[in-house]
Amino acid sequence: MIAPVLATAATEYRIALRNRWVLIATLLMLLFSLVLAAAGAAPTGDVGVDRLSITVASLTSLAVYLVPLLALLMSFDAIAGETERGTLPLLLTYPVSRLQILLGKLVAHLGVLTLAVALGYGAAALAAFLFDSSAMEGLPALWRLLWSSALLGATFLGAGYALSSLSRRPSGAAGLAIGLWLGLVVLYDLGLLAMIVSDGGGQFTTEFLPVALLANPADAFRLFNLTASEAAAAAGGVGGAAGSIPLWQSLTSVALWPLLALALAWAAFRKVTP
Amino acid sequence: MTSTLTISQPTEHFRARQAAAAPVAVARNTAPEAGATLRIAGLSKRYQAVQALDDVSLTLLPGMRVALLGHNGAGKSTMMKIILGLIPYDGGTIEVCGEAPGSAGARAQVAYLPENAAFHPALTGQEQIRHYLALRGEDPKQALELLERVGLGHAARRRIGTYSKGMRQRVGLAQTLIGKPRLLVLDEPTSGLDPVSRRDFYALLDQLAAEGASILLSSHALTEVEARTDRILILSGGRLVAQGTLPELRHEAALPVAMHVTPAPGQTRALAEAIPEAGIGNDGLLHLTCQQSEKLALLARISALGGRVADLDVIPPSLEDIYSHFSRRDGQ
Repeated sequence: MIAPVLATAATEYRIALRNRWVLIATLLMLLFSLVLAAAGAAPTGDVGVDRLSITVASLTSLAVYLVPLLALLMSFDAIAGETERGTLPLLLTYPVSRLQILLGKLVAHLGVLTLAVALGYGAAALAAFLFDSSAMEGLPALWRLLWSSALLGATFLGAGYALSSLSRRPSGAAGLAIGLWLGLVVLYDLGLLAMIVSDGGGQFTTEFLPVALLANPADAFRLFNLTASEAAAAAGGVGGAAGSIPLWQSLTSVALWPLLALALAWAAFRKVTP
Repeated sequence: MTSTLTISQPTEHFRARQAAAAPVAVARNTAPEAGATLRIAGLSKRYQAVQALDDVSLTLLPGMRVALLGHNGAGKSTMMKIILGLIPYDGGTIEVCGEAPGSAGARAQVAYLPENAAFHPALTGQEQIRHYLALRGEDPKQALELLERVGLGHAARRRIGTYSKGMRQRVGLAQTLIGKPRLLVLDEPTSGLDPVSRRDFYALLDQLAAEGASILLSSHALTEVEARTDRILILSGGRLVAQGTLPELRHEAALPVAMHVTPAPGQTRALAEAIPEAGIGNDGLLHLTCQQSEKLALLARISALGGRVADLDVIPPSLEDIYSHFSRRDGQ
């Protein structure tokens, strides 16, 4: 039954529009993308690739931070907010399954997120075209970045719904969401870097590190985009250390995480008693 | 019987008699009846240390308007949430329109109005009702018509965030009218409504019941319930302590009838001597109570006093008296 999903998505989209989420997400993505494009236009050294490919590499690093943050900000209130407003009991007496409710919210939120990301990346690409006529060569990389960003967004939206279901109040859900973002996007990489440094190219770096990177949706996203555009070496850091991970592995992680996150969200939502 | 009915508050004397009333067996509806919209047998539910519901049985037939009464914490909301399939139950059986509570089949046929109906403040009334219509697979174009039925047509395009409590309650009512629900579960439906809206609301309910819907509503407004429902259920401490029509409950409770006798001018003392069981109130009236069975004999005695009596009010026990009689008996 797709009708309840679409009806929920339409209403959620309207709410996102009224709450200015569409505006905020779009402006944020536009602003950061343009700043990166401007920064990317400054260095003049010859790196042997077109300007758009460089911009995509920068946008990848931006997306790793910003897309999960936006996704969590949009999703933390999804269930906890309904619980607090008191709208959940009534909704659950309607002939709609909880999965349909989640899918409807996901469709709306993912639509808003994808729109914002597409506009941001589009603006950055436009800037690259202005400065470099060979930038067309970077278009496949940009397209790859766009759809993998949507998948990354879906993963963190699902994670946000799960946290929102686990927490009884929106404030609690917000705290959990920020914690998740810090943990997976910031501290995780710092921890890995620290271990690489102390390990000095030993067993950890060769065996544990690839698994650790693939297990984290944000790292898998970065790996996938950098490996695919063969820009891993240029990006350096953790990405560089994992240049040996085959593309299909990071792609599998990027593609599976949204499903896993949605399953987690569903499992958590099913446990909510209004 | 020639008696004037006036509304009364129970007097202290009255309450004392009430406490002595004999316990009454609770009528149970366990016989299977065809086409029942709700059938509950031996339902029980425990929250840790609290027995929220204990061996509750009842049956609702199409067209029945049933009021569920009980003090706060008596188990009214718990029972409603179990019927709606929102929370699990521990024991007994429950069938909603022939299906398991909370199943897709049951949810398609049941409408619910939660206590303090709440909606997303950023949506307009019309958008919210359109959403609910779509979820029930109905045409969203009916939204305006539904809102007009509950008197909200003028505010349909305003955001719910700007609505008053009564207006939100009416949005809640509008969504219960979607489709053709066979069972309506209404938790305090008239709270926040002004008297005119209440009257309109009960007129709507009568219409729905006439079309064959069963209505289960909880309320604190006993006088409304008295006039507007067919059967009354009283929950106390999770147990169904009474169920039946108002005359049945009145009979079961066997509460005393109160009489107020107005003496003719200057006859107060003579009248008090003639009716020794009456007390003289500060208002100059003679107050007395008697059992139902003694009522006619007492009336005959008083009317035999002829010109010494200016007026006589006979006051049967009100629903409030009956309610407190039943809900108190259980060690409250």
